[in-house]
Amino acid sequence: MQLVLFVIFGLLAVVAALNLLLQRHPINSALSLVVVMMSLAVLYWSLGAEFLAAAQVIVYSGAIMVLFVFTIMLLNAGEEEPTTGSRAASIVGFPGAAAIFCLLSFVFLSERKALGATTLGGELNTAGSNLAAISSLLFTKLLLPFEVTSVLILVAILGAVVLARKEQ
Amino acid sequence: MTGLANATVPVSLYLILAAVLFTIGIAAFLVKRNIISIFMSIELMLNAVNLTFVAFSHMWHQVSGQIFVFFVMVVAAAEAAVGLAIIIAIFRTRQTLNVDQINLMKS
Amino acid sequence: MSHLTAFQTFLLLNILKIAVVLVITLTAVAYTVLLERKVLGHIQNRWGPSRVGPFGLLQPLADGIKLFLKEDLTPLAAQGPLFILAPIIALGCSLVSIAVVPFGAFHAVTLNGVSVDLFNVANVNIGLLVILGITSIGVYGIALSGWSSNNKFALLGSLRASSQMVSYELALGLSLVGVVLRAQSLSLRDIVNSQAAHGILSWNVFGGLQFVGFFIYLIAAYAETNRCPFDLPEAESELVAGYHTEYSSMKFAMFFMAEYANMITVSCVATLLFFGGPASPLGHLLPDNFGGPVLSAIFPILWFVAKVFSFLLLYIWVRGTLPRFRYDQLMAFGWKVLLPVAMVNIIVTSLVLALRG
Repeated sequence: MQLVLFVIFGLLAVVAALNLLLQRHPINSALSLVVVMMSLAVLYWSLGAEFLAAAQVIVYSGAIMVLFVFTIMLLNAGEEEPTTGSRAASIVGFPGAAAIFCLLSFVFLSERKALGATTLGGELNTAGSNLAAISSLLFTKLLLPFEVTSVLILVAILGAVVLARKEQ
Repeated sequence: MTGLANATVPVSLYLILAAVLFTIGIAAFLVKRNIISIFMSIELMLNAVNLTFVAFSHMWHQVSGQIFVFFVMVVAAAEAAVGLAIIIAIFRTRQTLNVDQINLMKS
Repeated sequence: MSHLTAFQTFLLLNILKIAVVLVITLTAVAYTVLLERKVLGHIQNRWGPSRVGPFGLLQPLADGIKLFLKEDLTPLAAQGPLFILAPIIALGCSLVSIAVVPFGAFHAVTLNGVSVDLFNVANVNIGLLVILGITSIGVYGIALSGWSSNNKFALLGSLRASSQMVSYELALGLSLVGVVLRAQSLSLRDIVNSQAAHGILSWNVFGGLQFVGFFIYLIAAYAETNRCPFDLPEAESELVAGYHTEYSSMKFAMFFMAEYANMITVSCVATLLFFGGPASPLGHLLPDNFGGPVLSAIFPILWFVAKVFSFLLLYIWVRGTLPRFRYDQLMAFGWKVLLPVAMVNIIVTSLVLALRG
């Protein structure tokens, strides 16, 4: 199951990410990104992180990407035209990105013995301890960071309201 | 079918998948001209890094990596709210989303 | 059956379960439409559909054939693939969430060494989060339908609908936290079991003192399904038909079915979280094995269906009674009343639970 899930949703994620890169219209890119995020959620679940899988769907695809789609609809963003800047960026960018990929995959492949293998984690049909483990760590040892992030969100909300409001 | 059902996946494959997604994110970040698309490629890179966190968390049998991803999500949500508000403000003053034309500081 | 491997048995049993539940849900959707037309008719002092079949019982079939045979128009300016994708997303999301709903008491059946729960398609330990996640994905169907139609009414309707759904999702999610705190679990089966002790007295809405949470949930759910009195996205006097103005034939039927499937899901969740789900209101006054093994398996399903049915009737009754909100009232109500009350509900519930030990 692990391998089947990995192959299906890994491929789906890569194809959708490539679609994000190739599509001209931002709304198509946004929808491809939603597909990437949903397939990553399945991969998280297969790695035994079921809370994160749900959070990924609710927070990323359900809130952040809806905000993106909403903004694109609101500003009525059209297709983008290739410019001199984008041509220059693609000449430099694609080899650079490929170099970064080669470097990363070289490191990962050379260390693959030490990394080991994964099995289908967190049997979903039984009450898992994943949720309990996350929440007990989050609300005891990491309570201060957790509270600080809630302040961060509050500040972000205020900032967004001030920025997006029409000036009187 | 049973062999396929019980097959395992090396952690390195998850990391390479994350590397692929991250690289596509970098390429999109460089090539795209629409500021919303650029912002979305940043989100793609964040997601790729999150995948490595979860894979490592599975490898070490610890939830710390998952908690890190949780915090990344929270920060990404805050970033999206502020970032999109900035984009709306830019569009309101400049009437464009093309990053090549947002060069008020240069000229 | 013995020549199948465990994995194949698992797949086969689950596909069978999915097919049965899907057929029942779609039939329920069709007859909810009929129920609404009938009840609304009687509220407005007329008969409702009464010509096709006895008491108009075959009306859903006739409606289905009519919609299927209509011409499928696609506007020239529509964004082709997205225009088709939008109703599929809407209907798909509304049907998927039924999968985690336990509609009967726990009955494990073991076949070929594979044990499956007969009355629950997938008993997921994060069932509640799954439902919330799928609901939030459903916003795409509506947002995309408005945008891809290239029509000002559709765009305005979908902007209204998606901002309304995103706003009320917060109050909806927060209203459920009290229930989760009491059950100490996100699994819908565990939440049902936590209310089963003393029948009606231990239901979350009465014994659990979650009636504030319940009313917030109910109001937010009406807004979430774009139903009266929050049906501004399709306010016909302002927006023609809202986000599905440009849709015809089966594509329109998919939006229509999605709306009613969402109603059923929301009623199921309200039943499970606040009204004890398939648990009997009599508690242990009736013995658990009352009426033999078959009847004792059927009774919980009947309780569940009866509770869901009464929620659907409430939906229709509200639609027949209440006028529509104004849009600024709707937003102000969601953010300034429902959200703070939901937070206060969480604080009070957790304080009570903590003080009780």
